[in-house]
Amino acid sequence: MDNPKTLLEVKNLTLKKDGKTLLNSLNLEVWEGYVHAVVGPNGAGKSTFANTIMGLSGYRQIEGDIIFDEVSIKDLSIEKRAKLGITLAFQEPARFEGITVEDFLLASSKYSNSKKEEKRAEIPNASVENFDHIIEKGLLKVGLDPIKYRKRAVDKNLSGGERKRIELASIYVMKPELVIMDEPDSGIDIDSLNYIYEIISDFKKEGSTVILVTHSQQVLRWADHAFLLCGGKLVDKGKMSDMLKYFSNKCKPCDHIGTPDTDIK
Amino acid sequence: MEKNNDLELIKQLLDSAELHDLSDKIAHVEIHGNKVLGLHLVDGLLINSKSLDDGVDINITVEKGVKLENPVRFCFGLIPPDGVQKLKINTILKEDAEATFIAVCTFPNAKNIQHIMDANITLEKNAKLTYFERHIHGPHGGVTIVPKTKVIVKENSSYISEFELIKGDAGSIDLQYNADVYKDGSVYMTARIYGKSYDKIKILESAHLIEENSAGVLISHLAVKDNSNAMVENEIVADAPYCKGHVDCKEIIQGNAKAVAIPKVSVNDPKAQVTHEAAIGSVDSKQLETLMSRGLSEDEAVDLIVSGLLK
Ligand SMILES: Nc1ncnc2c1ncn2[C@@H]1O[C@H](COP(=O)(O)OP(=O)(O)OP(=O)(O)O)[C@@H](O)[C@H]1O
Ligand SMILES: [Mg+2]
Repeated sequence: MDNPKTLLEVKNLTLKKDGKTLLNSLNLEVWEGYVHAVVGPNGAGKSTFANTIMGLSGYRQIEGDIIFDEVSIKDLSIEKRAKLGITLAFQEPARFEGITVEDFLLASSKYSNSKKEEKRAEIPNASVENFDHIIEKGLLKVGLDPIKYRKRAVDKNLSGGERKRIELASIYVMKPELVIMDEPDSGIDIDSLNYIYEIISDFKKEGSTVILVTHSQQVLRWADHAFLLCGGKLVDKGKMSDMLKYFSNKCKPCDHIGTPDTDIK
Repeated sequence: MEKNNDLELIKQLLDSAELHDLSDKIAHVEIHGNKVLGLHLVDGLLINSKSLDDGVDINITVEKGVKLENPVRFCFGLIPPDGVQKLKINTILKEDAEATFIAVCTFPNAKNIQHIMDANITLEKNAKLTYFERHIHGPHGGVTIVPKTKVIVKENSSYISEFELIKGDAGSIDLQYNADVYKDGSVYMTARIYGKSYDKIKILESAHLIEENSAGVLISHLAVKDNSNAMVENEIVADAPYCKGHVDCKEIIQGNAKAVAIPKVSVNDPKAQVTHEAAIGSVDSKQLETLMSRGLSEDEAVDLIVSGLLK
């Protein structure tokens, strides 16, 4: 990790809701091209962090700042953030009645311009074949047979795992600059975890930056760096290999809850 | 001269309905106002009609055991901006007959048009009818449509219908579909409507499951925006053992639109089962935010979500 470039910088990020501090003065840097894990027990604030970076409603009234590619994005809409290349694969993805897998992936790839464009614009003159290819590639990437799946609706008739995989296919076809994956492995059967590893390594190969929220040690092997959250605070960060101690120690980060910030180094 | 006029009208009707290439194998009927302009039949299909002052009386029979290979195409409409079109349609599918009807009702220039359809459909034993009705209305919202259909679904026969009004302004719709279903018969009726500006939409569908093992599904999916309003009341009554029914009313509302959904179920036999779901809401925020997190604008995302509901 020599001279990494900071792509995302979170400065004193605090989010309060109903009198509860869900994120507490977070300061961290996400480096371009690296895979960053966000770990911590249930309720630590991992999804809250992910949603806040994406700017979902209910997660916009923040203190502090979020800097992406040297510009503050805290006042930008979700759409604007996405057009800068930020996206989020939801922990529990939405279901859409009547929208086919194909429609959904097409919509997701609509602004998948080549990287480093100042602004993502709709792909001009994109041919049907192009889109066909994109959809097929996306589905194969997550191990779903395009012939079987492209015409199915992204609705309640998909199993939880199938829906998760389509969510991943959709962020894959978007070619993001910064992708936040909130527990991409939850609900995915063991045999299919390989597809997730492959997506993560593809993102890395293509220069995308990944924020990976997970509880799985298997998946964490793919991370370079990790942030440990607990009670909405950043309690530790470092190389993934060093952070694995939290797992071997039966992960007792909760000792930190309520302890003053100064205790944590 | 008259003849030329008719040809021109048919052309305009079909063009506005986006219908082309009429091969000889396809039975079709074109009615402009109170005039039957075109009629082409195939074996086993009988259609006779009578012009009235402001409409047409039509009798349609599909003969016993006849299974029509291609859909029968109906094109109804009016090219001028105002007028009345009253259609009385009696349809019988004899025993073991099967057919698909596709009706396109087009009023491309409507400013003040009334389209009143009174249909009676009887499906004899083991018959099967699929009926699609698609409306294409111009942008002025000046159409009042009152489609009333009464269907009798006899033993082991099946009726599937789809009513679609998505393009143009709906205007005012007062739709009433009603089906009586006998032993082992089934009905599956879907209405998909997009209401805009000052459209008024009223849907009353009912299925009466009269005899054993009959089934009914009533689906109404509406999107309403601007100042339009929609009221959907779908009812299933199940009177006999092993009857199965489901009512589904879903509406997405935006802007100043208003919507009411009343799913009604009554079950008069302990061995029958009828379920229902009804939901009215603005566009689901999780769906919206998911699409926006892929870069779509709010409008693009709403359009996609609405198109899904209306599919
Ligand atoms: N809208 C909200 N209002 C109040 N509290 C909330 C809200 N959303 C989340 N929380 C609380 O914030 C805390 C963090 O939740 P979050 O979903 O971020 O946890 P997580 O780390 O992702 O957990 P998990 O591992 O279970 O996914 C939890 O205690 C949760 O109950
Ligand atoms: Mg979570």
